[in-house]
Formats: sequence, C-alpha cells, structure tokens
Amino acid sequence: MPEETIGSCTVKRLSILDPQGNADEILLPPLRGEDIRRLYELLVLSRTFDGRALALQREGRLGTYPSILGQEAAQVGSAFALEKSDWVFPSFREMGMHITLGYPMHLLYQYWAGDERGLVSPDDLNILPVCVAVGTHIPHAVGAAMAASYRGDRNAVVCYFGDGATSKGDFHEGLNMAGVFRAPVVFICQNNQWAISVPYDHQTAAPSLAQKAWGYGFEGIQVDGNDVFAVYRATRAALEKARSGGGPTFIECHTYRMADHTTADDASRYRPPEEVADWRDKDPVLRLRRFMTQRRLWNEEYERRVLDEATAAVDEAVRRAESAPKPAATEIFDYTNAELSPRQERQRKETG
Amino acid sequence: MPQMNMVQALNLALRQEMERDPNVLLLGEDVGRDGGVFRISEGLQEEFGADRVIDTPLAESGIVGTAIGMALYGLRPVAEIQFMGFIYAAFDQLCSHAARIRSRSRGRFTCPLVVRTPYGAGIKAPELHEESTEAFFCHMPGIKVVVPSGPYSAKGLLAAAIRDPDPVVFLEPTRLYRLIREEVPEEKYTIPLGQARLAREGDDITVISWGSMVERSLKATEGYRVDLLDLQTLSPFDEEAVLASVRKTGRVVIVQEAAETCGFGAELSATIAARAILHLRAPIVRVAGFDVTMPLPKLEDHYIPSVERIGKALDEVLTY
Repeated sequence: MPEETIGSCTVKRLSILDPQGNADEILLPPLRGEDIRRLYELLVLSRTFDGRALALQREGRLGTYPSILGQEAAQVGSAFALEKSDWVFPSFREMGMHITLGYPMHLLYQYWAGDERGLVSPDDLNILPVCVAVGTHIPHAVGAAMAASYRGDRNAVVCYFGDGATSKGDFHEGLNMAGVFRAPVVFICQNNQWAISVPYDHQTAAPSLAQKAWGYGFEGIQVDGNDVFAVYRATRAALEKARSGGGPTFIECHTYRMADHTTADDASRYRPPEEVADWRDKDPVLRLRRFMTQRRLWNEEYERRVLDEATAAVDEAVRRAESAPKPAATEIFDYTNAELSPRQERQRKETG
Repeated sequence: MPQMNMVQALNLALRQEMERDPNVLLLGEDVGRDGGVFRISEGLQEEFGADRVIDTPLAESGIVGTAIGMALYGLRPVAEIQFMGFIYAAFDQLCSHAARIRSRSRGRFTCPLVVRTPYGAGIKAPELHEESTEAFFCHMPGIKVVVPSGPYSAKGLLAAAIRDPDPVVFLEPTRLYRLIREEVPEEKYTIPLGQARLAREGDDITVISWGSMVERSLKATEGYRVDLLDLQTLSPFDEEAVLASVRKTGRVVIVQEAAETCGFGAELSATIAARAILHLRAPIVRVAGFDVTMPLPKLEDHYIPSVERIGKALDEVLTY
C-alpha cells in the first residue's frame, strides 16, 4: 500500500491594522466610533496603570510586578469581546483584561502589593484569581466550560496564558480534554516571545503555537496581537462559536513583552536591544492612534483628555489601595478551610 | 439491614448523592462504561448519563484540574484516580490549586471536590498500584484526608466528603474492597469528618490506626484490653479522642501501612508527646511499613505490617 496523506494542517494569521494605522476594510469589525474610542481609552488606561505600577514598585510601594507593556491590545481587544457573565481564568500578566472588564484597579494594586483581598472578584464578574503557577489553570478553564455546558448555561470561558505555558503538561491535558468534550472555552495565548530569558525557539520547534490546536482537533488561529481589531474579531468569533456549541478555539496573539519579565528581572542580560526596538515600531497604542487620526477620531485635545482621565483614575486607585485598612493577623485563618479545625482554632488564638 | 462489601457501599453512596444533588458528577479513567476498574461506579453511567459519569482521557492532572474547574463553577465533582500511585501527576493540582483557591480568592471561589483513589498494598498488583502515601496530603493545609476502614464507614464518610465545602482526598483501602461484609443501612447517612471511631474499647493500650490497617489491628488486638481508635479522617484528625484514650491507658501503639519516616504516626506521636506525655507509662511504638520502596507482589507481605508485628508491639508496651 502506498503512503497517503491522512491530514494536513493549515495555520491562518489574522491582521487587520498595520503599524502605520491602515486597516483592511473588509476585515475591520463593525465597531462604532465610540467603541473605537473606548478601545483606545482602555489601551491608554492599561498603559497608565502599568507605568504607575512600575513606578510604585521602584518606590517600594508595590511588590514584584509583571509589566503588560506592549501587550495591551491582546488583553483589551480580547476582553472587549467578552460578556460580563463569561468566566475568565487569567495567568498573571493580564491587567489590561481586568481593566477592560471593569475589575476595580485599586484591587489590582492591592494584590500586587501583597494583599489577597485584591483577588476578590466583584460579584458581577467571574474573574478567577491570578494564577502564578504557569499554565496549571488551563484544565480549570476547561472544567468550568464543561460545567457551563452541563448546566446548560450560555456562558463561555476564556483562559489566558503565555508562550511558556504551552510547554507544560497541563496545557496538553487541558486542551486535549477541551477537544474531546467540545468545551465552550477560548484559549488566548499571549505569545510575547520570551518566557523570562527563554526565547520562542527554545520553547518550541513548532513554527506557530496556533497549529498546536490542530493536534487536539479544534481550530487554532494566530492573530497580530498588537492589532486590537484582529484580537477583538478573532475572540468574538471564537466566543460565538463556543456559545453555539462549536467547541473550543485557540488564539495565539503574536505580541512582544516590551519590559522585563517582572520588576525582579533584567532583560538586557539576555535579549538584544535591536529586537526590542523593532517591536517598538509595532506598538499597539500608536497604531490605533494613527488609525483614529486617519478617521478623525483622534486629536491632541482628545489625547490630553484621555491621558488626564487615565491619570486621575489611576491616582484614585492608588489612593484607595494604599488607604485600605491593614488586614487583621487572624485573617490568615479565615479562608484556608470553610471551618477551622480544633487545632487551627488553637493556632488562631496564638496570632491574637 | 443488608450486608454489603465496601464496593457496594461506595457505589450506593455515589448513587444516593447523585440522586440528592444534581451538582454531583463523576469523572475519571474508565469510571463510566466500565464502571471503574474496581466497579465502584458500576451502573451509574447507565443511570445518570455520560455527561454526568464522564470517561476522561488518561490524564491525572487533567482529571483533577478539570474537576477543580467544575467545582469553581459550582458543581460537586467526584474525581477518581485509578490508583494512588498515579495521583502524583495530579499532586500539583491538589496542592497548588484545590487546597488554596478558597484562601487565594478570600472565599469568593471554593473547591468542593472529592478525589477518590484506591490505596494500599496486598492485592498483588504491579508497581505504583499499592501506595499508601497519605501523609503527603495531610501536610497540605486546605485539603482534608479521609480513609474509611470498612463498608459502613465508607458509605457515610463518602457522603460527608461529597457534601463538604472543601477538597477531600478520599483513600479507599484496596485490599478491603471485597474482604469485609457488614451491615450497611440502605438509607442515606453521613459520618462527620474529623471524628474518630472506637472500634474496640479497653483500658490497657490505645491502638491508633486507619484505613487498611484497622482490620489487621482488630485481629491483632483480640484478647487484649485496648481502645482501638479508627481515625477515619486524618486531616483534620480527632485530637481529643486520641488524647482522651491515651490519658486513660497510658500506652500507645500506632499502626500505619505507610513507611515509618514522616508518616502520619509521627504527627500522632508528637501530639501525644506534647499534650499527654505525663500520662504515658511506656514509649510510643509505631508499627509501620519500612522505609523502603514499596516491593512488588513477591515481597509485599514482608512490607505490610502483619498481625504478628502488631502483637509484638502490644506486648512490648504492656511489659515495658
């Protein structure tokens, strides 16, 4: 018997908005001017939040912090496509998603200052706590999606992670489960090219991450992750598919981590400055601004207003975070179990 | 009252909990069509459907991780890991997530999950099919560890574990699955977690055991006047029951199948030393598995604490 081809994988890449701000008119999602302005404002707010976090960390007012600089479009664009009732399983570098969904910014600052109370999602949002252990939350998203199907809810589940997570066993086990059970889940991988010091080509020999979905029996797509329209369009399509029983989708947002891995890292030790400079030209905020300028949705006065509003919102969030009353020492006992064991009761008394 | 073995009792508990609460569902390898390799979930997929008794791909971390996601969403999943030796692949999910979600989210999200797994030696099975490493899980705050020792306790403890608001690792002594038959009520009942059971009452020695070793300790203590405490829940364990008995008898033998070093018996010994040392009339003796790799079937009987070894320990503390 001769060899035959029993399958082949096509990997698509979606880009709508180029770095000069020119958009593909056919692919451009049907967003009104006010939606586009809202997207821009969210990008600016996310960047302002992030810049302030870095400054606060240098002043010793925040702990170790992972910057989202350069990845704002991947986060804002995807979250903009979500419904409030959807469930979100973040990793730890998605503050742009939080901000887009209306998660209170002061809670984010509180968390990154080392206070668990910052991870308490408001009741009208289903955003799970930050997952620090890379990729291990992927099966949780799949399980929640299976639970939504079981209950007959129309909620979709979104799981965020990075390129490093795709090397983990839980990525494989989670995506495999999602494929087998056609779970209504959207995997959003921010491929920012670097997992601390390990570059993409040491993370995988595959030419794209999107193609991995093919091995699990569902669709994967690469999008220009610095193109907010492409990210939004791909996420919206994937969510609609999930809600209508079409199963999971993997979206690889091809982007770049402009900053160090965290404030505890020094990326100049391992990556060439020319590479960073190349990506600066692909900046997600800049290109949307260029697009809006072409469409007369942007001018200097608008920019000043957006920046002022973002600064004021961040100022207020910092003030609220820093004026939160200190938690009681005994609070460490309050959430380990639903009820304290007699031994925990005794230990709790020791903390006063 | 009907006589049941542990397999039947566990099956009945699962069925009744699924009837009681539509949020309860089962998932694991071979739990559906095959009814589980030990038949614990026999007939349940036919009765409740394939979306409620879910045959999963072969992926322990994925099974527990997926079950965690279901629990976060509000369901009450019961995941099966086919043998305890394979739970290590899911250890990260249990310790990094199941145990911590309540705390991490300050109670906004919780993880009412049960992970059932057969454990222990004596069934002449291949490598990693006979582990008894319960102490790993007892060391992790946020996880409860429950170990039934017979059909009656298996049914009541499993029902309680499923209704518990926190994650429970539920260890089923494989060797006893079909060894013991006893009266088990058909109606629903629960046995509160965290409470020990007095399997035998007497004044001379406190014998503390759990799970697979209770049956052997019962045999070994025939003719002795002992309190035989079946802990039932290891985390949190019934400290007051242990101390009350020790204060009465002044002599302690701890019987565990797990390797001696850093086993749960060490925690018991330290607790007794800290809170009842002046009541002791003899050193605390641990009868435990040896600190060796769990042997294959040809040598396994040399590993598992025997009735003779337990008997020797009883005489040792009595004659000290």
